Amino acid sequence: MGVIILLLLASVFVAAIFLGGFIWSVKSGQYDDEYSPPVRMLFEDEPAKEISKK
Amino acid sequence: MPATVNRQTACYHCGEDCGDSKIRLEDKNFCCEGCKTVFQLLNDHGLCDYYDLNNNPGQSLRQTVRKNKFAFLEDDKIAAKLISFRNEEQTHISFYLPHIHCSSCLYLIEHLHKIHPGIVRTTVNFTRKEADVIFNHKKINLREVAELLTSIGYEPYICLNQLKERKPRLPRTMVYQLGVAGFCFVNIMLMSFPEYLGLANVEKSLLYTFRYLNLALSLPVLLFSAQPFYASARKSLQHKFLNIDAPIVLAIWVTFFRSVFEVLTDTGSGYFDSFSGIVFFMLIGRVLQDKTYQQLSFDRDYTAYFPIAITVLKEDKEVPVALPDIVPGQTLLIHNEELVPADGILTRGKAFIDYSFVTGESLPVLKEVGEIIYAGGKQTGGNMELLVVKEVSQSYLTRLWNQPGNQPEVEKSVSFVHLLSRYFTYIVLTVAISTAIYWWITDSSRLWPAVTAVLIIACPCALLLSSTFTNGNILRILGRNKLYLRNALAIEDIAAIDHIVFDKTGTLTTTQQHDIVYEGDTLSKSAQESIAALAAQSGHPLSKALVNHLGRNNCIVQGFHEKTGKGIEGLVNGDLFALGSELFITGKNSYAGGTRVYVSREGKLLGYFSFRNHYRTAVNALLQDLQSDFELSVISGDNAAERSTLRNLAGKKTTLLFNQQPADKSDYIRQLKKQDKKVMMIGDGLNDAIAMRESNIGIALAEDCNTFTPASDGILESAQLGKLHRFIRLCRANKQIILASFIMSIVYNIIGLYFAVQGNLSPLLAAILMPSSSISIIALTFGSTNIAAKWLRL
Repeated sequence: MGVIILLLLASVFVAAIFLGGFIWSVKSGQYDDEYSPPVRMLFEDEPAKEISKK
Repeated sequence: MPATVNRQTACYHCGEDCGDSKIRLEDKNFCCEGCKTVFQLLNDHGLCDYYDLNNNPGQSLRQTVRKNKFAFLEDDKIAAKLISFRNEEQTHISFYLPHIHCSSCLYLIEHLHKIHPGIVRTTVNFTRKEADVIFNHKKINLREVAELLTSIGYEPYICLNQLKERKPRLPRTMVYQLGVAGFCFVNIMLMSFPEYLGLANVEKSLLYTFRYLNLALSLPVLLFSAQPFYASARKSLQHKFLNIDAPIVLAIWVTFFRSVFEVLTDTGSGYFDSFSGIVFFMLIGRVLQDKTYQQLSFDRDYTAYFPIAITVLKEDKEVPVALPDIVPGQTLLIHNEELVPADGILTRGKAFIDYSFVTGESLPVLKEVGEIIYAGGKQTGGNMELLVVKEVSQSYLTRLWNQPGNQPEVEKSVSFVHLLSRYFTYIVLTVAISTAIYWWITDSSRLWPAVTAVLIIACPCALLLSSTFTNGNILRILGRNKLYLRNALAIEDIAAIDHIVFDKTGTLTTTQQHDIVYEGDTLSKSAQESIAALAAQSGHPLSKALVNHLGRNNCIVQGFHEKTGKGIEGLVNGDLFALGSELFITGKNSYAGGTRVYVSREGKLLGYFSFRNHYRTAVNALLQDLQSDFELSVISGDNAAERSTLRNLAGKKTTLLFNQQPADKSDYIRQLKKQDKKVMMIGDGLNDAIAMRESNIGIALAEDCNTFTPASDGILESAQLGKLHRFIRLCRANKQIILASFIMSIVYNIIGLYFAVQGNLSPLLAAILMPSSSISIIALTFGSTNIAAKWLRL
């Protein structure tokens, strides 16, 4: 039965990784602007070059 | 939309009708030199993809921006407040660009570095219409960046309230709380399944693992996700008012501690699934309801209208000065189309002030040297100089805004849901106490299980869910129809109104068109052409309207001269024509009604053009329709010239008021409210802003939702004004839907209570009842709001 507990912990851990991913995506502003990024990636050439750290 | 214009004459850049202008390049037509210049600029830098993404994506550049408009950005003090970051190499700044409207805009602005090497990178946030620009300030300065954007048709909007502290962006905490609650809820459900199915009794060690994991997973929900409810409940208790969140917090805590008790004493597995489910579903409702419209701003004051800096004349030199630093005694240079920021005396030039912001009168007023000009007016004819007599913060407009009487007491209307919940709470407490007394007498060992079960099952979350989901969906439907409400409470306020006050100018009428009627001697075709050609020489708004009315042509005007504020005369086809005020043409001043422009030929009066406001197309039907259900008032800053037109339009019962100053308007609303009327005020400009705040609900009309609108409870796109009655009906349906779903939740509660008072509410039963009641209520509210909207054709 120890296997089930192990599996359970593993599954909760995986779910926690997804939670972490969700929080990271909100934090990095991925939901702030839902229009620009999908349009931007269709432009032919890359718009940006080097930028220094904020 | 530009698409309606015939492609043959539509400007390649902006899509506007080119008329008879002959500006061409290769096979492309342009409406003006400005548009052609932008095209050439983009062509030279290989950015013509701009035109492939959308047809005619540009902004018309017929109205040129004054050369030194952005000179104030060279002032370090002003610039420092706008810049977000700066080091030796780079400067970061974000501009608000109201003209952004399509993917072409995005493309062009993000490729700004191709036009000027000084630009390092630009990133557009489409939702907020902002562009974050990073530039190398050794190669290009801030002013040049603003001018570069302006030159391609994206003029940055920089206003006074940007000087203040920047507002924090949308709070994300609630999204995190929702995410955590969802994670915990799903995992707790997963680990409760063996318990539901009765498998776990075989394996004691597994059972304990599941229970303690559940306990651990529910802690973040209790401590983090449920925080909004604690805050709201605490606030309500501080105000000695039992709102809906107080019983919810009680239910959350009772469920949690009862479950902990069961787990620790090994008497059961608790209700962790129900507990986390309640929090999760209620948070969804909250987030849905709180989802505000990012691109709209409901809280504006006069500072959003004022420019950030103004040109001050110091020893004959033009110096840009930030607005708050203007002191009495300085001389301001106000350019054409600029807002007067402070009260002052006209010292040079002719003032031709458009006070539509303040009074609602759409036609400009002439002011002579020596006259006082109040803040908020917009200069419309040439430059003028103004001696400041009052600081910005002491000016007429600012004072009007800040008058103590004009700050309505914060009388937060209380949603009927809260009133309902109060009764609900009392009933629940009564049931719980009677259950307790019953079991205390008969079998005291079952007292606590029974009482806690009652409190768990009777949690008013269904009530809360029904109101938040109904409100959320209604806000969404209204938003789809271009009526954006500030919050959910506004829905109930709209449902309650019985008196609607309309502003006339700009609200019922449109400022962009005038109805022009000619009276007098019949004009031949050539005379009409001559008048149009003469009027075309003048920049006066009335002349412009006249040109539009009569049509542009190529007659040549000789020796014309314009007397600002009076009229214009000139030789056309050998005849001396004159256009202007009655005093200018006839020498008398007898007519005091509406606006007229008189015409004479060779000194002989021909007749006059009278100008009337053009009513929006939907207004007639709307006013007829509303009369049966509501009391109406039309309130106007203009003179009474249109009383009879308006009377026909609005019916006999409607109150008509003319010559109303902003303060009169808010006084009128206050009087109505004293008579226990629930008032809705619909207006457009700053002149209505105070009345809108004073009313129970103020709706600001905007030509397009991204233009600047005064503070209000709602913003409505002017083209949708005709739907107003249907909007109100939808808001009224809101209450019935909430009541219906509330009744449904009571049915669920009665079933649950039947088991709970007997003290045998099993976790399985709770696990079925709780989510199924929540989900069916969500389905009911969504379904019925959508049906209501469909029925109302919204």
